[in-house]
Amino acid sequence: MLTFLGRRILSSAIPLLVVVLGVFFLARLTGDPANLYLPLSATQEMRDAFSAKHGFDDPLPAQFAEYLSQVARLDFGESLRTAQPAAEAVLRAFPATLQLAGITMLLAVAGAVVVGSLAARRPNSPADRIAGFLSSASASTPDFWFAIMGVLVFAVTLGWLPTSGTVGSAAWVLPVATLLIRPFGVLVQVVRGAMVTALSEPYIKVARAKGAGERRVLFRHALRNAGAPTLTVAGDLAVGLVNGAVVVETIFGWPGIGKLMIDSILQRDFAVLQAAVLLTSLTIFALNILIDICYALLDPRVRQGAMA
Amino acid sequence: MNRHGTPGTSGAESTALEVRGLSVELRTPGGPVPVVRDVGFSVGAGQTLALLGESGCGKSMTAQAVAGLLDPVAEVVGGQVLLGGRDVLRLGPRERRGLAGPELAMVFQDALTALNPVHTVGSQLAEPFRIHERASRGAARERAVELMERVGIPEPGLRFRSYPHQFSGGMRQRLLIAMAVALRPSVLLADEPTTALDVTVQAQIMELLAELRRETRMALVLITHDLAVVAEQADQVAVMYSGTVVESGPVAEVFAAPRHPYTRGLLDSVPAGHARGTVLPSIEGAPPRPTAVPAGCAFRTRCPLARERCATHEPPLSATGPGRASACHYWKELADA
Amino acid sequence: MRTHETGEPAGADDGADGGADDGTGAAGRPGSAGLLRLLAADRAAVAACAVLLLVALCALLGPPLFGDLAREQNLRAVKLRPFSTGEGWEFVLGSDSLGRSVLARLVVAAGTTMSVAVPAVALSLLVGSVWGMWAGFHRGWRESVSMRIADVILSFPSLLLAVVVLYVFDPGVANIVAVLAVARIPVYLRTARAESAQLRSRLFVDAARTFGTGDGALIRRHVLPIVLPTLLTVAAVDFCFVMLTESSLSFLGIGIQPPDVSWGLMVAQGRAELRNAWWTAVLPGLAIIITTVAMTQLANWARIAGDPAQRWRLTVPERRGRGRGRARAGRATAGEAPTKEQS
Repeated sequence: MLTFLGRRILSSAIPLLVVVLGVFFLARLTGDPANLYLPLSATQEMRDAFSAKHGFDDPLPAQFAEYLSQVARLDFGESLRTAQPAAEAVLRAFPATLQLAGITMLLAVAGAVVVGSLAARRPNSPADRIAGFLSSASASTPDFWFAIMGVLVFAVTLGWLPTSGTVGSAAWVLPVATLLIRPFGVLVQVVRGAMVTALSEPYIKVARAKGAGERRVLFRHALRNAGAPTLTVAGDLAVGLVNGAVVVETIFGWPGIGKLMIDSILQRDFAVLQAAVLLTSLTIFALNILIDICYALLDPRVRQGAMA
Repeated sequence: MNRHGTPGTSGAESTALEVRGLSVELRTPGGPVPVVRDVGFSVGAGQTLALLGESGCGKSMTAQAVAGLLDPVAEVVGGQVLLGGRDVLRLGPRERRGLAGPELAMVFQDALTALNPVHTVGSQLAEPFRIHERASRGAARERAVELMERVGIPEPGLRFRSYPHQFSGGMRQRLLIAMAVALRPSVLLADEPTTALDVTVQAQIMELLAELRRETRMALVLITHDLAVVAEQADQVAVMYSGTVVESGPVAEVFAAPRHPYTRGLLDSVPAGHARGTVLPSIEGAPPRPTAVPAGCAFRTRCPLARERCATHEPPLSATGPGRASACHYWKELADA
Repeated sequence: MRTHETGEPAGADDGADGGADDGTGAAGRPGSAGLLRLLAADRAAVAACAVLLLVALCALLGPPLFGDLAREQNLRAVKLRPFSTGEGWEFVLGSDSLGRSVLARLVVAAGTTMSVAVPAVALSLLVGSVWGMWAGFHRGWRESVSMRIADVILSFPSLLLAVVVLYVFDPGVANIVAVLAVARIPVYLRTARAESAQLRSRLFVDAARTFGTGDGALIRRHVLPIVLPTLLTVAAVDFCFVMLTESSLSFLGIGIQPPDVSWGLMVAQGRAELRNAWWTAVLPGLAIIITTVAMTQLANWARIAGDPAQRWRLTVPERRGRGRGRARAGRATAGEAPTKEQS
């Protein structure tokens, strides 16, 4: 188990490093912060002084080395914009994103398991076709459009829900619903497909031959076998959510990490951007390890392969 | 001992399972296709009936229809399945589930895919007790360990927590049999239980099935294409061809003097009893597809005895002697030959 | 006839699979005429086809025919509601705050949206498939390096990549296509690799190899024809994803820029008029949904139609007598493991 985890940790660490490295260099391609932070009339000396102060005058590899040594000391630099420590800005935004992502995935997976399983019970039945159509519509609806419609109907017209903010449970309804539609639609289709496959396996007939009831057959015998494909897709969707829900954060004024990252690029606020990317990458890294552990928990054959 | 004696059953043994006029259709794009046509047989407690036939003759479909395990595309369109005198086809799903295990059980062909890969074999073995007797976890576990011991799994207490992929093919088949006989059913359907196994293991599994049948006096319906297995294990045989029974009777009598040309052809194609160097006879052609069964007798296109009447009149399965029946207009010619 | 000893192939069973296969007539791949007949029997798939054809027609003919109309401002016909009469046919879907025809803009935007989605999907499909088949066929280090690259691309925050690229360069159509294509290559890379790695060990590939067939020819003649249908269905589903991403980018202001117009951009512009001209935001959103749903439905249909083990599902009549004989809308099995082999 440990060597298996070790191998997975190693192979997941490569993307982590490349992303951190890539963002560092790509961000610096977007232009000199001096153009943004100094007045147009600034002289060359002022620009040089600005660059020297923030270390932008060193060659890129030297800057990266300096950045790494800072990170090793848990120093993530400070924001160009606010002069606050970058870590602070990032840690302030991240919990909002994480809570939103967590609630959304929980609801999406739970809902998809129920709807997908029921749809798979009778392939091609009217219930299955309705579930299929609704889930594909749900996966096809652009989130920004759904959010706008939600605001128009429930906030502007009916006045039931606030248009923005994070205070009170009512404020969570529209953001969560907006984030939910796509993962829910996609997962319903995945669960349904995997369940149809699992339900056609001989062990399902054996379970029925033992007198197992419908619920036992669906949830005890088929569902766990349908777990792996569901887990894979749910993992990919969760990664997307951890990277921030820029659309939701923009429309509902949600103070999350996605908008923070985009704003940092636009403002050439490299320290904040790097800290944010480092944090989300680490989270995704942990998420991947967690998913691998879940695979092993679901399937004894994976578990045994991991031991070997 | 028979819990559900059928009135009117003659002979020493009471009938445990009787199937009458069972027909199954497959729903396909081209319309319903009959795959099991008017099949009937009966088997007494403690007896073994072999359903013998080639792949695609409908024998597995028949067994699944009896057990209520047909795929959604297949549908029973007629007939009766009398289990202890009660027609199970008329029962609701809940009542039917109540019979699955304690009354009627089934052993499947491929034990690897028939065992759920993600659950321990112990929990799968304990399931019948949990479902039907509402046994506690501990009690069900004890019974499951006993079962494993009974079917010859070494170190059952340790192997209880193992997963199906950690067992050999023969052991998996033993587990599957244990699961089926857990509640001492009065009827056990075994669908090609040894096809996927090595020859040496096959014999052990057949021996285990025979032992269990003697012990619990259950009726065994053995679905197979293997003539040797039928000869060794079965009391009665029903030969199926193209979805229907063409000949039935006691195994010894049928094999000694077949009264249907198809049975005759099957027996002739067995190597035993032929001189070395002679050509082994075989039946010309292939069984018809269920979508293109010839009119009249389904076997006539391959039959050496076929005449005009065979093309127009489908021969019904009718008695040819005590306990014997054949679906051939000219069975007498075979009997006399 | 086979001898009735134990010589019969193990696993040959007279279960439902064999019978179901019999029903579909010749197993394997039906000709294009057969596929068309299957398609015609499925109302949902026919509707999906019609929608996609209409969108394609708009995309091709819209910009030359309606380009001027879409830009033409008419200050006397501002914020007309849909189905307003008396202002001419071009305002059948209303007008925006500058008096431009929403219908004409929708049609022209279809062209922009397609001009991003089609090349992006085609590029990623081409590169990803070839790369994946090559990696899966050779195994070893070529496979592991390719998979690691796919991992890296997939874990890169794609929106961030888009923002960076579109700020370093300019947010023109070509750059958006490039960003989307790169971001989606791993999808095909993974699928193609998995399938071709599986095929590599199959007998007929070995057989071809013993005849001295070269690697390139092996991939082209034996691997590609089998992997291609799967890849095309993946592409159809991914097409939806790319379309949605493009509209999200445009909505956020880092995709298509005015004066060009795409559906996502129209929603963004309509958002400001939500209170008094809701249709300017609602209609383009509906256009996105309808197109995407149609594509998904068609992809699902194709996935089943392309799989001999499942094709019967498209035509099996209802269990209850009432629906018998009526062709059924074969909705189906998104995400159903396409690898399941039935013999």
